Amino acid sequence: MSESSGNIEDPVKIELFRLVLKTRMTEDRIIALYRQGKIVGGVYTGRGVEATTVASALALEKKDYLFPIHRDLGAHLAKGQTILNILLQYLGKGNNLTKGKESGIHFSDRSLNIIGNISHLGAMIPVAVGVALSLKLQKQNSVALNFIGEGGSNIGDFHEGLNFAAVQQLPFVLIIENNQYAYSTPVEKEYRARYLSDRAKGYGIPGYHIDGTDAIKVYQTVKEAVERARSGKGPALIECKSFRMVGHSAHDDAFYVDKELRKKYEKKDPLIKLEKYLLKNNILDHDSVDRIRQEIAEKIEDATEKAIESPLPDPEWAYGAIYASNSDRMAYGD
Amino acid sequence: MATSTYLEAINQALFEEMERDESVFLLGEDIGIYGGAFKVTKGLYKAFGGDRVIDTPISESAIIGSAIGAAITGLRPVAEMQFADFITVGFNQLVANAATLYYRHNIPVPMVVRAPSGGGIRGGPFHSRNPEAWFFHQPGLKIVAPATARDAKGLLKSSIRDNNPVIYFEHKYLYRRVKEELPKEEIVVPLGKANISREGDDVTVITYGAMVFECLDAAKKLFEEHDISAQVIDLRTLQPLDMELILQSVQKTSRVVIVHEASLSGGIGAEIAARISEKAFEYLDAPVKRIASLDTPTPFSPILENEFMPNAEKIYNAILEIMKF
Ligand SMILES: Cc1ncc(C[n+]2csc(CCOP(=O)(O)OP(=O)(O)O)c2C)c(N)n1
Repeated sequence: MSESSGNIEDPVKIELFRLVLKTRMTEDRIIALYRQGKIVGGVYTGRGVEATTVASALALEKKDYLFPIHRDLGAHLAKGQTILNILLQYLGKGNNLTKGKESGIHFSDRSLNIIGNISHLGAMIPVAVGVALSLKLQKQNSVALNFIGEGGSNIGDFHEGLNFAAVQQLPFVLIIENNQYAYSTPVEKEYRARYLSDRAKGYGIPGYHIDGTDAIKVYQTVKEAVERARSGKGPALIECKSFRMVGHSAHDDAFYVDKELRKKYEKKDPLIKLEKYLLKNNILDHDSVDRIRQEIAEKIEDATEKAIESPLPDPEWAYGAIYASNSDRMAYGD
Repeated sequence: MATSTYLEAINQALFEEMERDESVFLLGEDIGIYGGAFKVTKGLYKAFGGDRVIDTPISESAIIGSAIGAAITGLRPVAEMQFADFITVGFNQLVANAATLYYRHNIPVPMVVRAPSGGGIRGGPFHSRNPEAWFFHQPGLKIVAPATARDAKGLLKSSIRDNNPVIYFEHKYLYRRVKEELPKEEIVVPLGKANISREGDDVTVITYGAMVFECLDAAKKLFEEHDISAQVIDLRTLQPLDMELILQSVQKTSRVVIVHEASLSGGIGAEIAARISEKAFEYLDAPVKRIASLDTPTPFSPILENEFMPNAEKIYNAILEIMKF
């Protein structure tokens, strides 16, 4: 674990552990439901990137805006989303947050200032930058944080968005989840630079390259960047290096992944790493770890039951309105 | 009453809406001190300052994408494309993000993208486009295309006040050629309502944008020379279409000519023709005729561009042909 992890208080470290574990266990349940044929559509999990996604979102305040992408279930959880809402979404139920209109991991929640992604990689970057612009113009003292994969970082929107954010010195933080594969494509075929965080220089903003399997390090770095952005000093780019420990999605056995690399990163499993650290430093003991695990298991059990019993959408909803009217609830934050 | 050009009418609408509602702000390339490539935003930077008239980098996707972000957090952005042609760079933001947010997440996206469109200004292949049909195919967007100064002003005001993403195609050819007396009182023209630009009984001519004037010229000449009375409908809003007015007119005249400056195939005229044949087939005395630009890029040389685009003469001939049935 990181040298300076002493700066962070123990309750935060415990919360990081609880959320990383909750993410791992919830995703395991989603995969089990997928194997039972209960999930509508595909499943992408964040196994291996949980430390990055959880710690980044936990570094935000409630009023800050979160733009998670396809492996960021952990970020949804860290921002306060319930397991039930997540499962309802994956099961395509009528009482889910999108009323059955959107797929598994694509959902927004106004009450939590979460804005869901679309499939197009990178497309949320300019939107998140726009939220940051709006926050600055309205002097709201909040920050927008968005994720992008190392693969998605090669999309034009990455450049347009980050450059505009830099020019306007917006309260925006972009996290690159470098898990070393984009579907089957290894980093050698994705970009030439040693560090993607070096791109920050080109925009005149700070860039950090950190160990994305180290939740405490990620939390510290993101927190600093978020507070810097909040104080009006502009955006930051943070590359968190980790590893995609499973296939691209539940159907993919990842036969193409380098065996040595996999071995190396299995030793860096973010969950095991954090648990060991907490035990070794007497922040948690085995009993409390078990208790946390048990609490989460019960929540998942309960949520699964409720989600499965929930109603499907009404076929009529397919005709659902495509235009907002004047009586609609308008903006986030209203 | 004072005389205003089409361009000045747009400027007035922006000014009045920014004054009325402080959540309205502008973003785009060279729109600040410079006042925009066509000077549409002239004076607004001085009046409202750099926080409400924001010069952006040349990044159409970031302009449209960040307008979306601002729209869902309490502001009403009006983004300017320097030319409608460059809207392609922000295409994904419009069709994938802006258009679908309300359907998917129940989040209204109150924003306007102003796009100076159209040919006849010798702009060549990349400064002359009429790209409305691409967006017409994407549910969730509204599309506006004014022809008169009054409508340019009134429709822009409605677009800014609308709670949906609106693409506002302002025709470059009309910017300084159209001049009208505009009343001192506020003008607000509702979206989704077409206008009858000329009353007539013999044939319905459906059009929008700069072609309205070509159609009116043709209609005048047909009346003078052949006693044919054409009803000219200016659609004004392309999405949603005012089918009620269209069908009323078709039922009266039984003959239809659709005219647009965008290329023929897959154009908005195709959808209108299909709807007429579905809903008013029994009223028709002649096949629906479409007049549009050629299915090629816009050529540069004036001789070629004249050949490429519809004009009053081509419309006049097409109507004569339709009257033979
Ligand atoms: C614009 C676009 N192109 C292709 C895809 C299909 N796709 C979905 S995820 C993915 C790989 C993404 O890799 P990366 O950004 O590194 O994220 P990771 O999945 O590794 O976390 C691809 C190619 C897409 N969603 N969007």
